[in-house]
Amino acid sequence: MNRRLPPRDSEKIDRNQTVEFRFEGQTYRGFAGDVLSSALWAHNVRLLGRSFKYHRPRGIYSLANHDVNVLVEDGQRTNIRADVLQIEAGLDVRAVNTWGGVKRDWLNVTERFSRLMPVGFYYKAFHTPRRLFRFYENQMRKIAGLGKIHATSTAVPSPKDYSFCDLLVVGAGPAGLAAAVAAAEHGVDVLLVDEQPWLGGSFLWQQTGEASSRKRLATLLDQVESLENLRTRVSTQAAGWYADHWIALVNDQHLTKLRSQAMLTATGCFEQPAVFQNNDLPGVMLGSAVQRLLHLYAVKPFERAVVMTANADGYRVALDLHAAGVSVVLVDLRFAGEPSELASRVEELQLEVHTGHAILEALATAREPYVGGALICPLDASGKLQSEKARRIDCDGIAMSVGWMPNVGLVHQAGGRFHFSDQLQQFTPHTLPATTFVAGRANGVFDLEAQLVDGRRAGLEAAARLGYFDGEIPQVPVSDNSSPSHAFPIFSHPQKKNFVDLDEDLHLADFENAHQEGYDNVELLKRYTTVGMGPSQGKLSNMNAARILARLNEASVNDTSTTTARPFHHPVPIGQLAGRRFHPQRRTPLHHWHVERGAEMTFSGAWLRPECYPTVGVGREETILSEAEVIRNQVGMIDVSTLGKIHVRGPDAATFLEHIYTGRFTQQPVGRVRYGLACDETGVIIEDGVIARLAKTHFYVTATTAGAAAFYREMQRWALIFELDVNLVNVTGHLAAISVAGPKSREVLQQITDIDLSAAAFDYLGVREGMIAGAPATILRVGFVGELGFEIHVPASQASHVWETLQDHGSTWGMQPVGVEAQRLLRLEKGHLIVGQDTDALTNPFEADLSWALGKNKTFFVGSRSLEIARRQNSTRRLVGLKLPTEVTRAAADALPKECHLIISSGEIVGRITSLALHSTLGFPIAMGFLRPDLCGLGTRTEIRSDSGKMIEAEVVALPFYDPQNERQAGTSDLQTAQRGHASAPRQSPVFQLLASGEPAWRDLDQTRIAVRYQAEHTEDAVRRQLGLCDLSSLTKLNLQGPDARSWLEAQAVDVPSEIYATRQLADDGWIIQTGRDEFFLESGLRNQSIPTLLRQLETSAETMFSTQREDGSFVLTGSRAQDVLAQTCGLDCCKLEVNRLVMTRVAGVSCMLLPSSIDDLTAFRLWMDPSYAVFLWEALAEICASLGGDVVGAAGIFPEFFA
Amino acid sequence: MKILNCPINGPRPIQEFHYGGEVRSLPDSATVTDAEWADYVFHRAGEPGVKREWWYHLASGTWFVAERDNRSDEILRTYLYAAEARHE
Repeated sequence: MNRRLPPRDSEKIDRNQTVEFRFEGQTYRGFAGDVLSSALWAHNVRLLGRSFKYHRPRGIYSLANHDVNVLVEDGQRTNIRADVLQIEAGLDVRAVNTWGGVKRDWLNVTERFSRLMPVGFYYKAFHTPRRLFRFYENQMRKIAGLGKIHATSTAVPSPKDYSFCDLLVVGAGPAGLAAAVAAAEHGVDVLLVDEQPWLGGSFLWQQTGEASSRKRLATLLDQVESLENLRTRVSTQAAGWYADHWIALVNDQHLTKLRSQAMLTATGCFEQPAVFQNNDLPGVMLGSAVQRLLHLYAVKPFERAVVMTANADGYRVALDLHAAGVSVVLVDLRFAGEPSELASRVEELQLEVHTGHAILEALATAREPYVGGALICPLDASGKLQSEKARRIDCDGIAMSVGWMPNVGLVHQAGGRFHFSDQLQQFTPHTLPATTFVAGRANGVFDLEAQLVDGRRAGLEAAARLGYFDGEIPQVPVSDNSSPSHAFPIFSHPQKKNFVDLDEDLHLADFENAHQEGYDNVELLKRYTTVGMGPSQGKLSNMNAARILARLNEASVNDTSTTTARPFHHPVPIGQLAGRRFHPQRRTPLHHWHVERGAEMTFSGAWLRPECYPTVGVGREETILSEAEVIRNQVGMIDVSTLGKIHVRGPDAATFLEHIYTGRFTQQPVGRVRYGLACDETGVIIEDGVIARLAKTHFYVTATTAGAAAFYREMQRWALIFELDVNLVNVTGHLAAISVAGPKSREVLQQITDIDLSAAAFDYLGVREGMIAGAPATILRVGFVGELGFEIHVPASQASHVWETLQDHGSTWGMQPVGVEAQRLLRLEKGHLIVGQDTDALTNPFEADLSWALGKNKTFFVGSRSLEIARRQNSTRRLVGLKLPTEVTRAAADALPKECHLIISSGEIVGRITSLALHSTLGFPIAMGFLRPDLCGLGTRTEIRSDSGKMIEAEVVALPFYDPQNERQAGTSDLQTAQRGHASAPRQSPVFQLLASGEPAWRDLDQTRIAVRYQAEHTEDAVRRQLGLCDLSSLTKLNLQGPDARSWLEAQAVDVPSEIYATRQLADDGWIIQTGRDEFFLESGLRNQSIPTLLRQLETSAETMFSTQREDGSFVLTGSRAQDVLAQTCGLDCCKLEVNRLVMTRVAGVSCMLLPSSIDDLTAFRLWMDPSYAVFLWEALAEICASLGGDVVGAAGIFPEFFA
Repeated sequence: MKILNCPINGPRPIQEFHYGGEVRSLPDSATVTDAEWADYVFHRAGEPGVKREWWYHLASGTWFVAERDNRSDEILRTYLYAAEARHE
């Protein structure tokens, strides 16, 4: 049987395009524009899904995505809603959650036991005995799951993006269209969204008959079309509201993070079902679903219909059905019937009308689960069914038009409050936040003309609130006093298949039971019965639940209220929430070298560091130990670039450091290094590092890898609080650091530096500045690993060259790269604690045996007052060294001692292991740990409890384990080798390796290589115009700050920007940008003249200025689609940014300087970021560019004159 | 996602910021009693009202003060930490 009707004006299907698709293994044909449900119904396929709990047969109910009767899956996606799934060629889906197909679902057997499974049954039945819970859980999961995904399905990326507007109008029905047009006409930037694939809303399926309404729609759509500042998005849900109008817009592709200045909801109402026996039988549907089938898809819903109604809408449904050739019987709950002229039209057509009647039960046909009839009976004065007077009407469909519930979840989330109007039988807005507006049916305005007026009213109000309009605003139209909603369309039945919530198969008696058990509050009732907790989020059940509870409580609906509407009020796939995942990683400039060398990389915070360099056939432990031995016996090099590095400069620098650190620095000689220990205000250790004094007012500070960013932030805050004249610059990513350690380190290093490394000229804890392998370097003679050692700090761009030069010269002395794990072992042998590893959130310096680091007679430092109190109290633990017997290394895995194991004495916990090495260069296992003070005497024996419970003996020994007299710091020899000058070290972009993989044409320039072009000139030019990503990191950069910076720059004839974030071009096509009150960022052009000239002048200047060489990654995004890349990565409206004015923001989670600019007539965005993030950001941007049809381009397109 | 107005950089989404806790005035450690010091270090006032909070704009490294009414979560004003913030 074909239910397709002859063509009609309102239909949204294209009869010229037939589409073949499969459902449950059967092939069907529909038309383009059909949704799965409509296409199947047209074929008279009415059993489309199974319910969640009892697996009852289900069919079309709302046809509007308000119910989840029909969920299908295709193996790749699951829980697709057939009511909105447009059919397309090749579509192959089946109903979810069935055993043996939707037609004979074996799981329907659960319905037989439904009497044994009242509400709360699962809570009560399956928690004892406990040991069976696993079994129950397993079985229930198999039955209860919704959908299966093929194991072969792959994740489809769904990148999120940002969008912006002044006013978001949700819902493009009569009120929404009128509102959007009214606001946009006054200049408001409006975005209009609708969940349906078309604009028009109820115009399209409910107001189709009248010529006047068709004309109104056409006019509105013309206006929408003509207004440039009115954008539209269809098939899009506004799924959730968050603070300050951050609204999630979701379509089947992706999620858009919309930021709006105001929100106007014209979201209309959800039509509500009546509750009667078998009200879920396929063939029972909402009146609106009938109209959608008829008008949108030209499908005849039934042949013989019973329309149960309590409003004018039901009479319209009846008339529409009649016009389509369906025989109709009206069952009106109202004793007086319909007051409007619709009643007379029905009468003219001689339709059967039963006023004061209701449906007692929907009856199935004898063989199949479809509607075959309706039992109707009169109501008594109290609204109860007189079931003894029931009579049967044969029919194959039942339409319900008994009431509406406003769709106002977003308004609730935005802070709007609603009151229940008894007159209207609907919740209507009571108080609304200043920038939230409601119009149309959601505002209680039902008449079409009134909706248009109300939409215009709300649009103008929004325009006025946003400052675009100050004229007169019309009033909310007054309703005609008739309510479209029945007060209680709910009828009990002894057989208990009268469903209130179709998602969860909850029937009326479930609510009565829950109430009887004491769940008499709406929020409690929700949790106990799970009403409204299914995928449709109570769109069709919350209102009836509230009515039922109000009646059970003998209270008003207003007092009962409804549950909190939380975002998302419509389900959003997890993949869309995840979007493209941005987890910024920091890489040292030597990262590529480690990876090529086969290093095991590990995360420390955002940083990636080499743990060790394993060779084939050698175990991890062995590798670490052998690397440690290289340092003990010869010389090793470690990439320690992840260390925090901070310049502290200015007249108060020493005082500031004395405030921050526990030690003394005012008397520290220039050229010396001191240990620095920092506490928080409670006296707990938060950081340690070394402090090198480079000049009277210039200190260079290192900090821990994981703690540096937070510590720098705290330093900035303390500088404000202390009101000290101090200048802080974090150069962590801009400088690389290499530790060269071991008895032969002096010999190796002396080969490549002009600094005199002899013991006499450069003693332990000294600091020198000079050149290494042609790169400017700061060298600290420190030795945490316990051997003669030097820490070299060089610009990140030159680190690769320095590292490789060291490697070349070190081979004579057997030098090898060493990972951070070996470094940790050597530190442990030397008894140096690691903050965060050997200390916890309560450790003070006394406990950590660091009281020597507290400056004597200091009146103040951060935490000093707390430590003064702590000193007077008895500490409960101390950090000690422990020696373990060698045999333990041969124990089974679960009997090995490990970090965090407890130390037990006489059955009591007396301590905890913090660091442990099973294999040390000392030949026996060692550990550090906290221990109760009375057990800390040297030689005390104690026991560690292993995982298996086996106790391991340990002995308290003195720290450090290795070289207590520090004799090794001298080195084994003092061989003097010639100091060699080196040619200037080449510089390398942080993304050099990535550029090289694209095999560009290179140009060598100064000390660096520039990628000029990747493709033929005209091809590359076309890419650049559409979307190009270019690296310019090789350009020289300089940071200049200080009170005299501006006047000095002006004296150098530099065109200086006038205010913060203003920019100017330098003479060599570079940029100067004011980045702070007294702070400037400069980047040379390719000719690189400006900065070298300034640097030469700086050397002789006497002004108070702080210059820092910067090594930022420097990229350019060009072309007409550059903004689309930023729309996926940056939370700012990049279309509205001022050209040539800097913004500091985050791009893909990385802090960046972003400069909207132009090259000739082309849009261009300059981006600068910490070089350690450059690789991550480049890869993220390049991937997005590629997905948008863009590509990587060379510098030729950015500086055409230079390469001409 | 809230919008916070950085006094230097203007209104930005809250992900661009780091929360730095309540603004409290540092007592003079030379004269303060142990009990007063402990109160300063450990106690935080959570009662309903207008709170003064430290916020840090990550991309630019800007510390500033936000006055926020924790009953409505409304940010009343933001300003740089200066004489005003210290002596109010």
